[in-house]
Amino acid sequence: MDVDWFPLWLSLRVAALSTLLAAGLGLWIAYLLANRAFPGKEALDAAVSLPLVLPPTVLGYYLLVLLGRTSPLGAVYEWLFGGPLVFTWQAAVAAAFLHSAPLLVKSSRAALESVDHSYERAARCLGAPEWKLFWRVTFPLARRPIFAAVALAFARSLGDFGVTIMIAGNIPGRTQTVAVAIYDAVEAGNGALARLLVLVVSAVAILILWLANRLTGRQARS
Amino acid sequence: MIEARIKKTFAASPGSAGFTLDIAFTAQAGVTVLFGPSGAGKTLTLDALAGFLAPDEGRILLDDQILFDGATRVNLPPQRRNCGYVFQNYALFPHMTLRQNLEFAAERRPPLERHRRVNEMLEKFALTGVASRRPGEVSGGQQQRCSIARALIGAPRMLLLDEPSRGLDAPLRAGFYQAVRQVREEFALPIVLVTHDLEECFELGGRMLVLREGRLAQQGSPREITVAPASAEVAQLLGGYSLLDAEILALDPGRNTSRLRLLEATLGAAEIAGPYLPGHFRGDRVQLCLRQDALRGQPRQGGLGVNQVAVQLIEWSERPRGSMARFNAGLAAEVSLANAEAWRHLKDWLIEIPAEAVRAL
Repeated sequence: MDVDWFPLWLSLRVAALSTLLAAGLGLWIAYLLANRAFPGKEALDAAVSLPLVLPPTVLGYYLLVLLGRTSPLGAVYEWLFGGPLVFTWQAAVAAAFLHSAPLLVKSSRAALESVDHSYERAARCLGAPEWKLFWRVTFPLARRPIFAAVALAFARSLGDFGVTIMIAGNIPGRTQTVAVAIYDAVEAGNGALARLLVLVVSAVAILILWLANRLTGRQARS
Repeated sequence: MIEARIKKTFAASPGSAGFTLDIAFTAQAGVTVLFGPSGAGKTLTLDALAGFLAPDEGRILLDDQILFDGATRVNLPPQRRNCGYVFQNYALFPHMTLRQNLEFAAERRPPLERHRRVNEMLEKFALTGVASRRPGEVSGGQQQRCSIARALIGAPRMLLLDEPSRGLDAPLRAGFYQAVRQVREEFALPIVLVTHDLEECFELGGRMLVLREGRLAQQGSPREITVAPASAEVAQLLGGYSLLDAEILALDPGRNTSRLRLLEATLGAAEIAGPYLPGHFRGDRVQLCLRQDALRGQPRQGGLGVNQVAVQLIEWSERPRGSMARFNAGLAAEVSLANAEAWRHLKDWLIEIPAEAVRAL
Protein backbone atom coordinates (compact mmCIF):
# COMPACT_ATOMS: atom_id res chain seq x y z
CA MET A 1 0.00 0.00 0.00
CA ASP A 2 1.32 3.41 -0.91
CA VAL A 3 0.81 5.51 2.18
CA ASP A 4 1.02 9.29 2.18
CA TRP A 5 2.67 10.16 5.51
CA PHE A 6 2.39 13.91 4.92
CA PRO A 7 -0.67 14.39 7.22
CA LEU A 8 1.16 12.76 10.14
CA TRP A 9 4.29 14.88 9.70
CA LEU A 10 2.19 18.01 9.29
CA SER A 11 0.25 17.19 12.45
CA LEU A 12 3.42 16.62 14.45
CA ARG A 13 4.87 19.88 13.18
CA VAL A 14 1.67 21.80 13.87
CA ALA A 15 1.35 20.26 17.31
CA ALA A 16 4.98 21.02 18.20
CA LEU A 17 4.67 24.64 17.14
CA SER A 18 1.33 25.23 18.81
CA THR A 19 2.54 23.57 22.02
CA LEU A 20 5.55 25.84 22.04
CA LEU A 21 3.30 28.88 21.66
CA ALA A 22 0.84 27.56 24.24
CA ALA A 23 3.63 26.81 26.73
CA GLY A 24 5.03 30.33 26.44
CA LEU A 25 1.83 32.29 26.51
CA GLY A 26 -0.05 29.78 28.67
CA LEU A 27 2.58 29.72 31.39
CA TRP A 28 2.55 33.49 31.53
CA ILE A 29 -1.24 33.63 31.81
CA ALA A 30 -1.18 30.84 34.39
CA TYR A 31 1.36 32.83 36.40
CA LEU A 32 -0.81 35.94 36.24
CA LEU A 33 -3.92 34.02 37.29
CA ALA A 34 -2.10 32.23 40.09
CA ASN A 35 -0.21 35.18 41.57
CA ARG A 36 -1.63 38.53 40.65
CA ALA A 37 -4.78 40.38 41.47
CA PHE A 38 -5.78 42.67 38.61
CA PRO A 39 -9.00 44.06 37.18
CA GLY A 40 -10.49 41.69 34.64
CA LYS A 41 -8.91 38.61 36.20
CA GLU A 42 -12.26 36.83 36.35
CA ALA A 43 -12.93 37.74 32.72
CA LEU A 44 -9.53 36.43 31.64
CA ASP A 45 -10.12 33.22 33.56
CA ALA A 46 -13.51 32.80 31.86
CA ALA A 47 -12.09 33.62 28.43
CA VAL A 48 -9.38 31.01 28.90
CA SER A 49 -11.93 28.38 29.89
CA LEU A 50 -14.36 29.16 27.09
CA PRO A 51 -12.66 27.07 24.38
CA LEU A 52 -13.06 24.02 26.62
CA VAL A 53 -16.85 24.24 26.53
CA LEU A 54 -17.61 25.70 23.08
CA PRO A 55 -18.18 23.32 20.13
CA PRO A 56 -15.06 23.25 17.91
CA THR A 57 -17.02 24.49 14.91
CA VAL A 58 -18.10 27.55 16.88
CA LEU A 59 -14.49 28.20 17.83
CA GLY A 60 -13.49 27.72 14.21
CA TYR A 61 -16.11 30.21 13.12
CA TYR A 62 -14.85 32.78 15.60
CA LEU A 63 -11.31 32.24 14.38
CA LEU A 64 -12.46 32.68 10.77
CA VAL A 65 -14.07 35.97 11.69
CA LEU A 66 -11.08 37.03 13.76
CA LEU A 67 -8.33 36.02 11.35
CA GLY A 68 -10.10 36.06 7.98
CA ARG A 69 -8.89 38.21 5.08
CA THR A 70 -11.40 40.97 5.81
CA SER A 71 -10.57 41.24 9.52
CA PRO A 72 -7.98 43.74 10.84
CA LEU A 73 -5.92 40.92 12.42
CA GLY A 74 -5.97 38.97 9.18
CA ALA A 75 -4.93 42.08 7.26
CA VAL A 76 -2.01 42.67 9.60
CA TYR A 77 -0.90 39.06 9.11
CA GLU A 78 -1.17 39.38 5.36
CA TRP A 79 0.85 42.59 5.41
CA LEU A 80 3.52 40.97 7.63
CA PHE A 81 3.89 37.63 5.85
CA GLY A 82 2.71 38.48 2.34
CA GLY A 83 -0.18 36.04 2.26
CA PRO A 84 -3.46 35.31 4.01
CA LEU A 85 -3.48 33.14 7.12
CA VAL A 86 -6.66 31.18 6.54
CA PHE A 87 -6.40 27.84 4.72
CA THR A 88 -2.65 27.51 5.31
CA TRP A 89 -0.85 25.16 7.66
CA GLN A 90 -0.14 28.14 9.92
CA ALA A 91 -3.88 28.43 10.41
CA ALA A 92 -3.84 24.83 11.60
CA VAL A 93 -1.29 25.95 14.21
CA ALA A 94 -3.70 28.65 15.37
CA ALA A 95 -6.48 26.06 15.57
CA ALA A 96 -4.35 23.61 17.54
CA PHE A 97 -3.21 26.41 19.82
CA LEU A 98 -6.78 27.37 20.63
CA HIS A 99 -7.60 23.76 21.24
CA SER A 100 -4.72 23.02 23.61
CA ALA A 101 -3.82 26.28 25.39
CA PRO A 102 -6.82 26.35 27.81
CA LEU A 103 -5.91 22.93 29.17
CA LEU A 104 -2.32 23.99 29.61
CA VAL A 105 -3.27 27.21 31.40
CA LYS A 106 -5.61 25.41 33.77
CA SER A 107 -3.18 22.65 34.66
CA SER A 108 -0.19 25.00 34.98
CA ARG A 109 -2.15 27.36 37.17
CA ALA A 110 -3.11 24.47 39.46
CA ALA A 111 0.51 23.33 39.50
CA LEU A 112 1.80 26.82 40.37
CA GLU A 113 -0.83 27.27 43.06
CA SER A 114 0.01 23.92 44.62
CA VAL A 115 3.48 25.16 45.58
CA ASP A 116 3.55 25.89 49.32
CA HIS A 117 3.30 29.66 49.71
CA SER A 118 5.85 29.71 52.51
CA TYR A 119 8.59 28.99 49.95
CA GLU A 120 7.57 32.05 47.97
CA ARG A 121 7.31 34.15 51.11
CA ALA A 122 10.72 32.98 52.24
CA ALA A 123 12.22 33.92 48.87
CA ARG A 124 10.64 37.37 49.07
CA CYS A 125 12.02 37.96 52.56
CA LEU A 126 15.44 36.95 51.25
CA GLY A 127 15.19 39.79 48.77
CA ALA A 128 14.48 37.77 45.63
CA PRO A 129 12.73 39.79 42.91
CA GLU A 130 9.54 38.22 41.52
CA TRP A 131 11.18 36.86 38.35
CA LYS A 132 13.94 35.17 40.32
CA LEU A 133 11.37 33.78 42.72
CA PHE A 134 9.44 32.31 39.79
CA TRP A 135 12.32 30.77 37.86
CA ARG A 136 14.36 29.59 40.84
CA VAL A 137 11.67 28.53 43.30
CA THR A 138 8.10 28.25 42.04
CA PHE A 139 8.78 26.84 38.59
CA PRO A 140 11.33 24.20 39.69
CA LEU A 141 8.95 23.04 42.41
CA ALA A 142 6.01 22.85 39.97
CA ARG A 143 7.95 21.72 36.90
CA ARG A 144 6.80 18.10 36.78
CA PRO A 145 3.08 18.79 36.65
CA ILE A 146 3.80 21.66 34.22
CA PHE A 147 5.79 19.35 31.91
CA ALA A 148 2.96 16.85 32.16
CA ALA A 149 0.51 19.59 31.17
CA VAL A 150 2.72 20.47 28.18
CA ALA A 151 2.79 16.83 27.08
CA LEU A 152 -0.99 16.63 27.31
CA ALA A 153 -1.32 19.90 25.41
CA PHE A 154 0.83 18.39 22.65
CA ALA A 155 -1.42 15.33 22.49
CA ARG A 156 -4.48 17.53 22.33
CA SER A 157 -2.96 19.69 19.57
CA LEU A 158 -2.36 16.54 17.58
CA GLY A 159 -6.01 15.58 17.72
CA ASP A 160 -7.83 18.74 16.76
CA PHE A 161 -10.37 18.28 13.99
CA GLY A 162 -13.23 20.76 14.18
CA VAL A 163 -11.36 24.03 14.47
CA THR A 164 -8.74 22.94 11.95
CA ILE A 165 -11.22 22.04 9.24
CA MET A 166 -13.07 25.32 9.72
CA ILE A 167 -10.02 27.56 9.41
CA ALA A 168 -7.31 25.51 7.65
CA GLY A 169 -9.56 23.38 5.51
CA ASN A 170 -8.75 20.02 3.97
CA ILE A 171 -6.18 20.60 1.28
CA PRO A 172 -4.18 17.38 0.73
CA GLY A 173 -0.46 18.03 0.83
CA ARG A 174 -0.93 21.48 2.33
CA THR A 175 -3.31 21.69 5.26
CA GLN A 176 -4.56 18.15 5.66
CA THR A 177 -3.63 17.11 9.23
CA VAL A 178 -3.85 13.53 10.37
CA ALA A 179 -7.23 13.93 12.08
CA VAL A 180 -8.67 15.40 8.90
CA ALA A 181 -6.93 12.77 6.77
CA ILE A 182 -8.59 9.98 8.75
CA TYR A 183 -11.99 11.54 8.20
CA ASP A 184 -11.16 11.94 4.53
CA ALA A 185 -10.02 8.31 4.19
CA VAL A 186 -13.18 6.99 5.84
CA GLU A 187 -15.34 9.19 3.58
CA ALA A 188 -13.45 7.91 0.54
CA GLY A 189 -13.88 4.29 1.62
CA ASN A 190 -10.14 3.81 2.15
CA GLY A 191 -10.48 1.68 5.28
CA ALA A 192 -6.91 0.42 5.29
CA LEU A 193 -5.41 3.93 5.37
CA ALA A 194 -7.86 5.06 8.05
CA ARG A 195 -7.00 2.05 10.24
CA LEU A 196 -3.26 2.62 9.85
CA LEU A 197 -3.45 6.32 10.73
CA VAL A 198 -5.79 5.60 13.65
CA LEU A 199 -3.34 3.06 15.04
CA VAL A 200 -0.36 5.41 14.67
CA VAL A 201 -2.19 8.34 16.30
CA SER A 202 -3.36 6.09 19.14
CA ALA A 203 0.17 4.87 19.72
CA VAL A 204 1.52 8.43 19.88
CA ALA A 205 -1.26 9.45 22.26
CA ILE A 206 -0.62 6.48 24.55
CA LEU A 207 3.09 7.26 24.57
CA ILE A 208 2.41 10.84 25.60
CA LEU A 209 -0.06 9.81 28.31
CA TRP A 210 2.49 7.39 29.69
CA LEU A 211 5.09 10.18 29.73
CA ALA A 212 2.70 12.58 31.47
CA ASN A 213 1.79 10.00 34.10
CA ARG A 214 5.44 9.27 34.74
CA LEU A 215 6.11 12.96 35.26
CA THR A 216 3.27 13.49 37.71
CA GLY A 217 3.80 10.11 39.35
CA ARG A 218 7.38 10.83 40.31
CA GLN A 219 6.35 14.17 41.70
CA ALA A 220 3.93 12.45 44.04
CA ARG A 221 6.56 10.00 45.26
CA SER A 222 9.36 12.47 45.94
CA MET B 1 14.40 48.87 66.98
CA ILE B 2 10.92 48.17 65.66
CA GLU B 3 8.14 50.63 66.36
CA ALA B 4 4.81 49.34 65.17
CA ARG B 5 1.24 50.52 65.28
CA ILE B 6 -0.93 48.14 63.31
CA LYS B 7 -4.65 48.21 62.69
CA LYS B 8 -6.33 45.77 60.36
CA THR B 9 -9.97 44.77 60.18
CA PHE B 10 -11.22 41.62 58.55
CA ALA B 11 -14.93 41.93 57.83
CA ALA B 12 -17.21 39.18 59.04
CA SER B 13 -18.33 36.80 56.33
CA PRO B 14 -20.50 33.71 56.28
CA GLY B 15 -18.47 31.04 58.01
CA SER B 16 -16.08 33.38 59.81
CA ALA B 17 -16.56 36.02 62.43
CA GLY B 18 -14.89 39.35 61.84
CA PHE B 19 -11.53 40.08 63.40
CA THR B 20 -9.72 43.27 64.27
CA LEU B 21 -6.03 43.46 64.92
CA ASP B 22 -5.21 46.66 66.77
CA ILE B 23 -1.87 46.77 68.55
CA ALA B 24 1.05 49.09 69.16
CA PHE B 25 4.41 48.04 70.51
CA THR B 26 8.14 48.55 70.25
CA ALA B 27 10.76 45.82 70.07
CA GLN B 28 14.38 46.59 70.98
CA ALA B 29 17.42 44.50 70.13
CA GLY B 30 16.94 41.18 71.91
CA VAL B 31 14.02 38.81 72.03
CA THR B 32 10.42 40.00 72.12
CA VAL B 33 7.89 37.22 72.47
CA LEU B 34 4.37 37.49 71.10
CA PHE B 35 2.37 35.23 73.37
CA GLY B 36 -1.29 34.35 73.02
CA PRO B 37 -3.80 31.68 72.11
CA SER B 38 -4.48 30.59 68.53
CA GLY B 39 -6.38 33.29 66.69
CA ALA B 40 -5.05 36.14 68.84
CA GLY B 41 -3.37 37.80 65.86
CA LYS B 42 0.25 36.82 66.57
CA THR B 43 1.08 35.56 63.10
CA LEU B 44 -0.87 38.43 61.50
CA THR B 45 1.36 40.83 63.42
CA LEU B 46 4.44 39.05 62.11
CA ASP B 47 3.03 39.14 58.58
CA ALA B 48 2.44 42.87 58.85
CA LEU B 49 6.05 43.40 59.97
CA ALA B 50 7.40 41.26 57.12
CA GLY B 51 5.20 42.94 54.51
CA PHE B 52 2.85 40.08 53.69
CA LEU B 53 -0.14 41.90 55.13
CA ALA B 54 -0.93 45.55 54.53
CA PRO B 55 -2.57 47.12 57.61
CA ASP B 56 -5.56 49.42 57.12
CA GLU B 57 -3.83 52.09 59.12
CA GLY B 58 -0.83 52.55 61.35
CA ARG B 59 2.89 52.88 60.96
CA ILE B 60 5.80 50.48 61.12
CA LEU B 61 9.30 51.82 61.66
CA LEU B 62 12.50 49.83 61.62
CA ASP B 63 15.22 52.00 63.12
CA ASP B 64 14.66 55.19 61.12
CA GLN B 65 13.25 53.53 58.03
CA ILE B 66 9.51 53.63 57.34
CA LEU B 67 8.31 50.17 56.31
CA PHE B 68 4.65 51.04 56.35
CA ASP B 69 2.73 54.24 56.84
CA GLY B 70 -1.02 54.31 56.37
CA ALA B 71 -1.20 58.09 56.19
CA THR B 72 1.34 58.53 53.35
CA ARG B 73 0.57 55.13 51.79
CA VAL B 74 4.08 53.81 52.13
CA ASN B 75 4.19 50.02 52.04
CA LEU B 76 7.57 48.50 51.25
CA PRO B 77 7.45 45.05 49.64
CA PRO B 78 8.98 42.19 51.68
CA GLN B 79 12.05 42.27 49.41
CA ARG B 80 13.00 45.74 50.65
CA ARG B 81 12.34 45.27 54.36
CA ASN B 82 15.62 43.70 55.43
CA CYS B 83 13.77 41.16 57.44
CA GLY B 84 14.80 37.59 58.26
CA TYR B 85 11.80 35.28 58.62
CA VAL B 86 11.98 31.77 60.03
CA PHE B 87 8.85 29.89 59.06
CA GLN B 88 7.14 27.27 61.13
CA ASN B 89 7.94 24.59 58.53
CA TYR B 90 11.35 26.27 57.92
CA ALA B 91 10.48 26.70 54.20
CA LEU B 92 13.93 25.56 53.08
CA PHE B 93 13.80 25.18 49.30
CA PRO B 94 13.53 21.40 48.90
CA HIS B 95 15.17 21.31 45.46
CA MET B 96 18.36 23.01 46.64
CA THR B 97 21.14 21.80 48.93
CA LEU B 98 21.65 23.58 52.24
CA ARG B 99 24.57 25.46 50.68
CA GLN B 100 22.44 26.53 47.72
CA ASN B 101 19.73 27.67 50.12
CA LEU B 102 22.23 29.97 51.80
CA GLU B 103 23.68 31.11 48.46
CA PHE B 104 20.21 32.01 47.23
CA ALA B 105 19.91 34.36 50.17
CA ALA B 106 23.35 35.91 49.67
CA GLU B 107 23.15 36.52 45.93
CA ARG B 108 23.20 40.26 46.17
CA ARG B 109 26.76 40.12 47.47
CA PRO B 110 29.84 39.87 45.25
CA PRO B 111 30.86 36.23 44.58
CA LEU B 112 33.98 36.10 46.75
CA GLU B 113 32.30 37.66 49.75
CA ARG B 114 29.25 35.48 49.20
CA HIS B 115 31.34 32.35 49.28
CA ARG B 116 33.11 33.43 52.45
CA ARG B 117 29.88 34.40 54.15
CA VAL B 118 28.14 31.13 53.26
CA ASN B 119 31.05 29.12 54.68
CA GLU B 120 31.06 31.28 57.77
CA MET B 121 27.36 30.68 58.41
CA LEU B 122 27.60 26.96 57.70
CA GLU B 123 30.34 26.76 60.29
CA LYS B 124 28.61 28.95 62.85
CA PHE B 125 25.51 26.77 62.75
CA ALA B 126 27.39 23.44 62.57
CA LEU B 127 26.19 22.62 59.05
CA THR B 128 29.49 22.29 57.16
CA GLY B 129 29.33 18.49 57.07
CA VAL B 130 25.85 18.38 55.54
CA ALA B 131 26.09 21.44 53.27
CA SER B 132 25.79 19.40 50.08
CA ARG B 133 22.64 17.60 51.20
CA ARG B 134 19.08 18.66 50.53
CA PRO B 135 16.72 19.63 53.36
CA GLY B 136 14.88 16.31 53.08
CA GLU B 137 18.10 14.45 53.80
CA VAL B 138 19.13 16.16 57.03
CA SER B 139 17.76 16.07 60.58
CA GLY B 140 15.07 18.39 61.92
CA GLY B 141 17.61 20.24 64.05
CA GLN B 142 19.86 20.81 61.03
CA GLN B 143 16.91 22.08 58.99
CA GLN B 144 16.04 24.44 61.79
CA ARG B 145 19.57 25.82 62.10
CA CYS B 146 19.86 26.15 58.33
CA SER B 147 16.63 28.10 58.23
CA ILE B 148 17.94 30.50 60.89
CA ALA B 149 21.28 30.78 59.09
CA ARG B 150 19.51 31.51 55.80
CA ALA B 151 17.40 34.20 57.42
CA LEU B 152 20.51 35.86 58.89
CA ILE B 153 22.92 35.64 55.98
CA GLY B 154 21.65 38.76 54.26
CA ALA B 155 22.35 40.78 57.44
CA PRO B 156 18.71 41.58 58.20
CA ARG B 157 17.75 44.31 60.65
CA MET B 158 15.03 42.24 62.30
CA LEU B 159 14.44 38.53 62.71
CA LEU B 160 10.93 37.09 62.87
CA LEU B 161 10.21 33.55 64.04
CA ASP B 162 6.76 32.03 63.64
CA GLU B 163 6.16 29.31 66.25
CA PRO B 164 9.50 27.75 65.41
CA SER B 165 9.42 25.18 68.20
CA ARG B 166 5.90 23.91 67.62
CA GLY B 167 5.85 20.15 67.33
CA LEU B 168 9.51 19.69 68.26
CA ASP B 169 10.59 17.07 70.77
CA ALA B 170 12.47 18.13 73.90
CA PRO B 171 16.09 17.76 72.60
CA LEU B 172 15.27 19.63 69.38
CA ARG B 173 13.58 22.33 71.39
CA ALA B 174 16.65 22.70 73.61
CA GLY B 175 18.80 22.94 70.47
CA PHE B 176 16.54 25.62 69.11
CA TYR B 177 16.72 27.70 72.31
CA GLN B 178 20.49 27.36 72.13
CA ALA B 179 20.52 28.64 68.55
CA VAL B 180 18.28 31.61 69.33
CA ARG B 181 20.40 32.57 72.35
CA GLN B 182 23.46 32.39 70.13
CA VAL B 183 21.80 34.73 67.64
CA ARG B 184 20.75 37.05 70.46
CA GLU B 185 24.36 37.33 71.67
CA GLU B 186 26.06 37.64 68.30
CA PHE B 187 23.64 39.73 66.27
CA ALA B 188 22.35 42.92 67.80
CA LEU B 189 18.92 42.97 66.20
CA PRO B 190 15.31 42.80 67.33
CA ILE B 191 14.05 39.21 67.34
CA VAL B 192 10.28 38.83 67.38
CA LEU B 193 9.09 35.34 68.17
CA VAL B 194 5.55 33.99 68.13
CA THR B 195 4.63 31.28 70.59
CA HIS B 196 1.83 29.98 72.72
CA ASP B 197 4.22 28.19 75.03
CA LEU B 198 4.80 29.96 78.33
CA GLU B 199 8.00 28.08 79.07
CA GLU B 200 9.44 29.33 75.81
CA CYS B 201 8.79 32.90 76.93
CA PHE B 202 10.97 32.29 79.97
CA GLU B 203 13.65 30.45 78.00
CA LEU B 204 14.10 33.26 75.51
CA GLY B 205 12.05 36.27 76.31
CA GLY B 206 13.53 39.54 77.35
CA ARG B 207 10.10 41.01 76.84
CA MET B 208 6.74 39.43 76.43
CA LEU B 209 3.65 40.84 74.74
CA VAL B 210 0.40 39.07 75.61
CA LEU B 211 -2.06 39.18 72.72
CA ARG B 212 -5.71 38.39 73.05
CA GLU B 213 -8.38 38.80 70.39
CA GLY B 214 -6.21 41.11 68.32
CA ARG B 215 -5.27 43.40 71.18
CA LEU B 216 -2.33 43.80 73.49
CA ALA B 217 -3.55 42.55 76.88
CA GLN B 218 -0.30 43.07 78.81
CA GLN B 219 3.40 43.61 78.27
CA GLY B 220 6.46 43.24 80.46
CA SER B 221 9.09 40.69 81.34
CA PRO B 222 7.77 37.12 81.55
CA ARG B 223 8.30 37.19 85.32
CA GLU B 224 6.44 40.47 85.80
CA ILE B 225 3.53 39.08 83.86
CA THR B 226 3.28 35.75 85.66
CA VAL B 227 3.64 37.40 89.08
CA ALA B 228 1.01 39.99 88.31
CA PRO B 229 -1.37 39.20 85.46
CA ALA B 230 -3.14 42.43 84.53
CA SER B 231 -6.59 40.90 84.09
CA ALA B 232 -8.64 37.77 84.56
CA GLU B 233 -8.25 37.08 80.83
CA VAL B 234 -4.47 37.17 81.02
CA ALA B 235 -4.54 34.94 84.12
CA GLN B 236 -6.67 32.43 82.25
CA LEU B 237 -4.34 32.52 79.23
CA LEU B 238 -1.29 31.91 81.37
CA GLY B 239 -3.02 29.19 83.40
CA GLY B 240 -2.18 28.27 87.00
CA TYR B 241 -4.26 30.92 88.77
CA SER B 242 -7.39 30.74 90.91
CA LEU B 243 -9.77 33.68 90.67
CA LEU B 244 -12.00 34.45 93.68
CA ASP B 245 -14.46 37.27 94.34
CA ALA B 246 -13.97 38.99 97.67
CA GLU B 247 -15.14 41.98 99.68
CA ILE B 248 -12.64 44.28 101.38
CA LEU B 249 -13.36 44.42 105.11
CA ALA B 250 -10.35 46.49 106.17
CA LEU B 251 -7.29 48.15 104.67
CA ASP B 252 -4.14 49.19 106.52
CA PRO B 253 -1.55 50.88 104.32
CA GLY B 254 0.79 51.39 107.33
CA ARG B 255 1.20 47.69 108.01
CA ASN B 256 0.61 46.76 104.37
CA THR B 257 -2.31 44.49 105.25
CA SER B 258 -5.93 44.01 104.38
CA ARG B 259 -8.79 41.79 105.52
CA LEU B 260 -10.90 40.15 102.87
CA ARG B 261 -14.07 38.10 102.96
CA LEU B 262 -14.34 35.48 100.24
CA LEU B 263 -17.72 35.70 98.57
CA GLU B 264 -17.70 32.25 97.02
CA ALA B 265 -20.62 30.42 98.71
CA THR B 266 -18.91 27.05 99.00
CA LEU B 267 -16.08 28.58 101.02
CA GLY B 268 -18.46 29.60 103.84
CA ALA B 269 -17.67 33.34 103.81
CA ALA B 270 -14.14 32.66 105.01
CA GLU B 271 -11.99 35.65 105.93
CA ILE B 272 -8.34 35.91 104.98
CA ALA B 273 -5.55 38.42 105.42
CA GLY B 274 -3.92 39.93 102.39
CA PRO B 275 -1.50 42.71 101.53
CA TYR B 276 -2.62 46.34 101.28
CA LEU B 277 -4.55 46.77 98.01
CA PRO B 278 -3.73 50.18 96.54
CA GLY B 279 -6.50 51.90 94.66
CA HIS B 280 -9.32 50.13 96.48
CA PHE B 281 -11.59 51.14 99.37
CA ARG B 282 -13.16 49.38 102.28
CA GLY B 283 -16.37 47.71 101.16
CA ASP B 284 -15.19 47.32 97.55
CA ARG B 285 -15.73 44.05 95.81
CA VAL B 286 -12.61 42.84 94.06
CA GLN B 287 -11.51 39.82 92.11
CA LEU B 288 -8.55 38.10 93.73
CA CYS B 289 -5.97 36.37 91.59
CA LEU B 290 -4.10 33.65 93.49
CA ARG B 291 -1.02 31.92 92.12
CA GLN B 292 -1.68 28.23 92.52
CA ASP B 293 1.99 27.39 93.03
CA ALA B 294 1.92 29.58 96.15
CA LEU B 295 -1.14 27.86 97.67
CA ARG B 296 -0.49 25.08 100.17
CA GLY B 297 -2.99 22.27 100.44
CA GLN B 298 -3.20 19.42 102.94
CA PRO B 299 -5.88 17.07 104.32
CA ARG B 300 -7.91 18.68 107.10
CA GLN B 301 -7.53 17.44 110.67
CA GLY B 302 -9.39 19.54 113.23
CA GLY B 303 -9.85 23.32 112.98
CA LEU B 304 -8.62 25.92 110.52
CA GLY B 305 -5.64 28.14 111.18
CA VAL B 306 -4.88 31.65 109.95
CA ASN B 307 -5.61 32.18 106.21
CA GLN B 308 -6.81 28.63 105.84
CA VAL B 309 -10.06 27.74 104.11
CA ALA B 310 -11.90 24.40 104.08
CA VAL B 311 -12.32 22.78 100.65
CA GLN B 312 -13.40 19.51 99.07
CA LEU B 313 -11.17 17.56 96.69
CA ILE B 314 -12.77 17.33 93.25
CA GLU B 315 -10.08 16.08 90.93
CA TRP B 316 -6.62 14.61 91.18
CA SER B 317 -4.18 14.64 88.31
CA GLU B 318 -0.56 13.64 87.89
CA ARG B 319 2.18 16.02 86.82
CA PRO B 320 5.77 15.28 85.78
CA ARG B 321 7.12 16.32 89.19
CA GLY B 322 4.22 15.85 91.59
CA SER B 323 0.44 15.87 91.61
CA MET B 324 -2.18 18.54 91.18
CA ALA B 325 -5.21 18.58 93.47
CA ARG B 326 -8.26 20.54 92.33
CA PHE B 327 -10.90 21.75 94.77
CA ASN B 328 -14.21 23.56 94.76
CA ALA B 329 -14.27 27.33 94.04
CA GLY B 330 -11.58 26.87 91.36
CA LEU B 331 -8.82 26.44 93.95
CA ALA B 332 -5.93 24.11 93.26
CA ALA B 333 -2.63 23.20 94.86
CA GLU B 334 0.40 21.14 94.02
CA VAL B 335 1.09 18.07 96.17
CA SER B 336 4.61 16.67 96.46
CA LEU B 337 5.29 13.08 95.44
CA ALA B 338 6.07 12.15 99.05
CA ASN B 339 2.50 12.87 100.19
CA ALA B 340 0.60 11.96 97.03
CA GLU B 341 -0.16 8.30 97.77
CA ALA B 342 -1.40 8.89 101.32
CA TRP B 343 -3.52 11.94 100.47
CA ARG B 344 -5.08 11.30 97.12
CA HIS B 345 -8.20 9.51 98.45
CA LEU B 346 -9.04 12.01 101.20
CA LYS B 347 -12.00 14.32 100.57
CA ASP B 348 -11.71 17.06 103.20
CA TRP B 349 -8.79 19.40 102.71
CA LEU B 350 -7.68 22.83 103.78
CA ILE B 351 -5.92 25.40 101.65
CA GLU B 352 -3.59 27.93 103.13
CA ILE B 353 -3.49 31.18 101.21
CA PRO B 354 -0.29 33.08 102.11
CA ALA B 355 -0.95 36.80 102.28
CA GLU B 356 1.82 37.52 99.76
CA ALA B 357 0.13 35.30 97.16
CA VAL B 358 -3.00 37.47 97.18
CA ARG B 359 -3.40 40.02 94.43
CA ALA B 360 -6.42 42.04 93.39
CA LEU B 361 -7.16 42.54 89.72
